[in-house]
Amino acid sequence: MATYDFIFNSLGLRKWCGEKGGGSMSMDDLLASQDTSAPSLWELPFPSLDNLNEACPAIAQTRDLTSGLESGFLAIKDSLKFVLDPVTQPLSWFLNGALNMFQTVPWFIMVPIMLAVVYVASKSMKLVGMVAAMILFLAFIDHYDYAMQTLAIIFVCSLICVLLGVPIGIAMSRSDNLQRGITPVLDMLQTLPPFVYLIPLIFLFSITEPKLYGIAIILYAIVPVIRLTNLGIRLVDKDVIEAADAYGMTDRQKLYGVQIPLALPNIMAGVNQTIMMSLAMVVIASLVSAPGLGVLVLRGIRNLELGVGLISGLGIVLLAVILDRVTKAALARVNTSQQ
Amino acid sequence: MSDQIKISIQHLYKIFGDDPATALEHVKAGVNKTDLLDQYGHVLGLQDINVDMADGEITVIMGLSGSGKSTLIRHLNRLIEPTSGDVTVNGENVIDYDETALRRLRREHMSMVFQKFGLLPHRTIAENAAMPLIVRGEDKQAALEEASKWLKRVGLQGNDNQHPHQLSGGMQQRVGIARALTSNSDIMLMDEAFSALDPLIRTDMQDLLLELQQELHKTIVFITHDLDEALKLADHLVILKDGYTVQQGEPQEILLRPNDPYIIDFISDINRARVLRVRSVMQHTREPIEGAVAGEIDEESNLESVIAASDGDTNLVYRVTKDGEQVGMIDMQTLVKALVPTSAAVDGVRGNY
Repeated sequence: MATYDFIFNSLGLRKWCGEKGGGSMSMDDLLASQDTSAPSLWELPFPSLDNLNEACPAIAQTRDLTSGLESGFLAIKDSLKFVLDPVTQPLSWFLNGALNMFQTVPWFIMVPIMLAVVYVASKSMKLVGMVAAMILFLAFIDHYDYAMQTLAIIFVCSLICVLLGVPIGIAMSRSDNLQRGITPVLDMLQTLPPFVYLIPLIFLFSITEPKLYGIAIILYAIVPVIRLTNLGIRLVDKDVIEAADAYGMTDRQKLYGVQIPLALPNIMAGVNQTIMMSLAMVVIASLVSAPGLGVLVLRGIRNLELGVGLISGLGIVLLAVILDRVTKAALARVNTSQQ
Repeated sequence: MSDQIKISIQHLYKIFGDDPATALEHVKAGVNKTDLLDQYGHVLGLQDINVDMADGEITVIMGLSGSGKSTLIRHLNRLIEPTSGDVTVNGENVIDYDETALRRLRREHMSMVFQKFGLLPHRTIAENAAMPLIVRGEDKQAALEEASKWLKRVGLQGNDNQHPHQLSGGMQQRVGIARALTSNSDIMLMDEAFSALDPLIRTDMQDLLLELQQELHKTIVFITHDLDEALKLADHLVILKDGYTVQQGEPQEILLRPNDPYIIDFISDINRARVLRVRSVMQHTREPIEGAVAGEIDEESNLESVIAASDGDTNLVYRVTKDGEQVGMIDMQTLVKALVPTSAAVDGVRGNY
């Protein structure tokens, strides 16, 4: 005797529902069948799928929904994989290449190169000194290799984010329709808990392939650079655009000569955010075999090795500080050159 | 100056809204601006504008904010598309131009100076001034030299490698003017070019413009909301109100014979002695003048200078000359009468106070 029997009885749907009692029974069902007293109004359950199913077995249960989704996904998995695998294969190559390069170049060449990059980006000896101290500290406590792996992954993923994100942002800034279409997707990517979109990726790709975590990082980190490119171009002073039009600039001249340079501070802010988010994701991605400092954090959690976890966490913080300060210094330089 | 028509605007209408074509029918049927907004939800920007602008002259379009003057000037290079009507430049209808022809017009025949300068903040002063030539694809070095020449001409020397934000407003607008001159276009559009500047610098810039114009004889379309500025610069003055032309003509003519209460209100505050010229109030005669003549004055001098010369004596008579030849005479009494403004109209805007 289920609560909502009356609905199906009064609608004359009892036949359609079929016989009760068949099908699978959960523990709750068994317990409920013991209890024969009529339920009071106070205990009226919400007419959810499971509760309606009790009254009428023809109605699906909620677990059918999730299993349906799963089998649906498994059904298209092969064809999806057939398309996505070759398309994303270069990502694996890039990641492997970068990981190889960052690790095979000896430290006494790698560190000066990185410091030179820091100097070119920031033109500040103070910052170079700080970065040198941090990297040497990491190397001193034998975290250099892990840090380099993490940096290699961030390097590749952020680069791809910028290469894809800036054009998408530009396209969005030129079409309101496109902006309306893409904004919800960006919102979803940004709010979805990072673990959640590892799930379909694990089904699609082999867990040993670098592109699995590469895609996860890119999806997670590409949002700010798209958003801020779009915003930056839309915020370019209308008077300047009008002047460019009045002197007969073509769309291309306007884009490269006016819009992108004037949007550069915003685009750079987006790049900064993208790099920081890929760092956050690369730690989580260690769950799906991404190498680097995240592996140590994971080890700390799994084996309750407190010291390992804390020190690698500190290493991640140091990397974050380095990346943030350097990109911010570059951003500040762009800003001052534009007033 | 020739009287050849350089730019001609005919029956120009601009209506802002979702369905301008239908709204245009209503306007042509006699619906006015307020009713069009209330009943049909469309904004009437310009209404049946007809203006001819002569080659080598300064045409000033004057009106208060919302009168449609900035909208009008943007139709000349089609930064704004008209709802209906024609704009003819050098004998060709600009409205029929395709994208390529329009770009050529903007690159080669029209330059524009903006109220907010519209300089590129990330480029140097010289690069900004050279922008029209660089846009056309000319050699950058040559363009920079040309720009440097014009920057010097407008009084900016040694600022070539600075950025716009390092200059004051007046200097930035000089860059704006230099940019327009560098493009070597025959037409210059100036959209409230001096309105953002403080009064002294504004006067300087007006003088600079007049001085340049004496040398270059460009066709200048100048937008302003300032009557003094309009009277100082204009060869031909067009007064706009709510999107239609209230009166147009030679500025002196408008001052002496305003045909609308709105204009009477407008001109009642100005210093007539400084604006009115002797030629507008003199008596035309080539006959020798009877009686005593106190002296000779040029027909282009303003009444203020005559009063100064007469030392306040209202009995004097002056001979008016043009290029040294007599073209008329003026007695001080007529002159003083001309200073009395056409009385402020009772049904004008001011009448409500």
